Amino acid sequence: MSDVKFSSLEDAVSRFVPDGSAVALGTAQETLIPFAAGHEIMRQKKRNLTLIGPISDILFDQIIGAGCVARIRAAWVGNVITGSSYNFRRAVEAGDVEMEDHSNLTVSMALRAGAMGISFMPARTALGSDLFRTNGSLKTITCPFTGDTLTAVAAIKPDVTIIHVQRADAYGNAHSWGNLGITREACLASRHIIVTAEEIVSPEVIRSDPNRVVIPGFKVSAVAHAPWGAHPSPVPGYYNRDHDAFIAYQRDSKTPEAFDRWKANWVDAVRSNGEYLNLLGEKKMAELAVKYHALTEVADYGY
Amino acid sequence: MAIKPAKDYTAAELMVSAAAREISDGDVVFVGMRLPLLGFQLAKSTHAPNAIGVYELGIVRETAAPEPILTMGDLPNLYHAQWLADTADLMGLLQQGLVDLSFIGGAQVDRYGNLNTSYIGDVDGPIQTRLPGSGGACDLASLAKRHIIIMTHQKRRFVPRVDYITSPGYGDGYDWRQRVGLPRGGPSTVITTLGLLRFDPESKEMVLASVHPGVTAEEVRANTGWPLKTADDLTETPAPAEEELRALRQFDPQGFWTSDG
Repeated sequence: MSDVKFSSLEDAVSRFVPDGSAVALGTAQETLIPFAAGHEIMRQKKRNLTLIGPISDILFDQIIGAGCVARIRAAWVGNVITGSSYNFRRAVEAGDVEMEDHSNLTVSMALRAGAMGISFMPARTALGSDLFRTNGSLKTITCPFTGDTLTAVAAIKPDVTIIHVQRADAYGNAHSWGNLGITREACLASRHIIVTAEEIVSPEVIRSDPNRVVIPGFKVSAVAHAPWGAHPSPVPGYYNRDHDAFIAYQRDSKTPEAFDRWKANWVDAVRSNGEYLNLLGEKKMAELAVKYHALTEVADYGY
Repeated sequence: MAIKPAKDYTAAELMVSAAAREISDGDVVFVGMRLPLLGFQLAKSTHAPNAIGVYELGIVRETAAPEPILTMGDLPNLYHAQWLADTADLMGLLQQGLVDLSFIGGAQVDRYGNLNTSYIGDVDGPIQTRLPGSGGACDLASLAKRHIIIMTHQKRRFVPRVDYITSPGYGDGYDWRQRVGLPRGGPSTVITTLGLLRFDPESKEMVLASVHPGVTAEEVRANTGWPLKTADDLTETPAPAEEELRALRQFDPQGFWTSDG
């Protein structure tokens, strides 16, 4: 019998994200970003974290701004709709945060190597680029079969990967759909996984569609219920991207003082999921909710 | 059918129409952020209905998104996609050489089309400005059959040598890509706010190929940080057609990406 992994988000972060952890977040790229979990990390004032991801949209910037981060291993850190993000800029320019510069391909290969249990994966990207100057995880090698020059990408094994999904059961079996980014590799490479979900459903719902399982429960350490837990990023089937929030964040993070005000309002003062939903407001939620539904045809897994 | 050029359009609309015209029908296009999102939508709805759009998040589309999108992860871009997948699946297609064309932008570009979106200043010294980084841009520049660079044309952005090569162009020219081990590709075109630039087939140096309506070659040279060569057959970039502008304004009805200023 599987263990029940159901937990509060507060307990999940407290137990599985100790100071100094290497944390993979935002692995689906622009969708399903686990903002609620990231905000919990900020509220608990975690320190010396390493953040791992492909592009991060603004969640990395927020966690950096809260002083939680010592190192970043990522392909892109910014605000997708507006460009640069300010806490990241300030931290790197001041030398407060160490950066390992990846591309989307190298970070996915680093996690795939971790997922495959080997020390590196070869790739053909980045040759001749300066990524090699600011990323000690990249080296050139000669292919033993063809003699070609290749990029070797050292394995990354996160201490914990945090994903937001549409639905999961109490045992951590998680359904996710839409574009998945590097979610599978990150989960398989990771020692612990925290799943936050729009809905907690019965195990029968998950078992009815095993192809949609993004990670099996036996690999998961904790699962928490977090409706709107990816806001302002979009969740397929649930809500659209809150463009206004991303655009407003550009202004709200321009100076450390502005960011502190933003954080006091949207992170520090929020003590529960319900309080976040109140802050967001019913009008906004109605505006963002999926209105044009598009259901799949059923698939028969019978025998 | 005669194409009727429009009279009233923005610089961004001209750039998007130039980007769309680089897409041939049936091309597999790796679509980037911002203007390329619109360029692909425009090409699909005009001259390239069979183009396939690949988005690094893990999306493959054979149809234009049914509603305007501002970012590639907007839910209409997932609706009735041909395939929703893992980033590595699409990077694999790219690495195999199955992507015809890609689009990237940058903060700095140099005479050999190397692109910097990472650091202004010397990375071994104090960092002047930290930019967002590669994302998928380095992969697209390394592995697509060709890529197109979209840039604002300013002297501080068009520099003799980029501070940091995020996305490789032609290095220091000639056979550099082969020498460093890149399997194929390189930039074919640079679309800017002032004109279109292409690359000398031998030296791989950037050459001014066309100027946008109302812009002179002298103006382009004055905004470029090295002595820019001009093609013998310099032309004027064709203005967007009325039909293109109509389609484009449906994809960006608020002018979020295409209004001036």
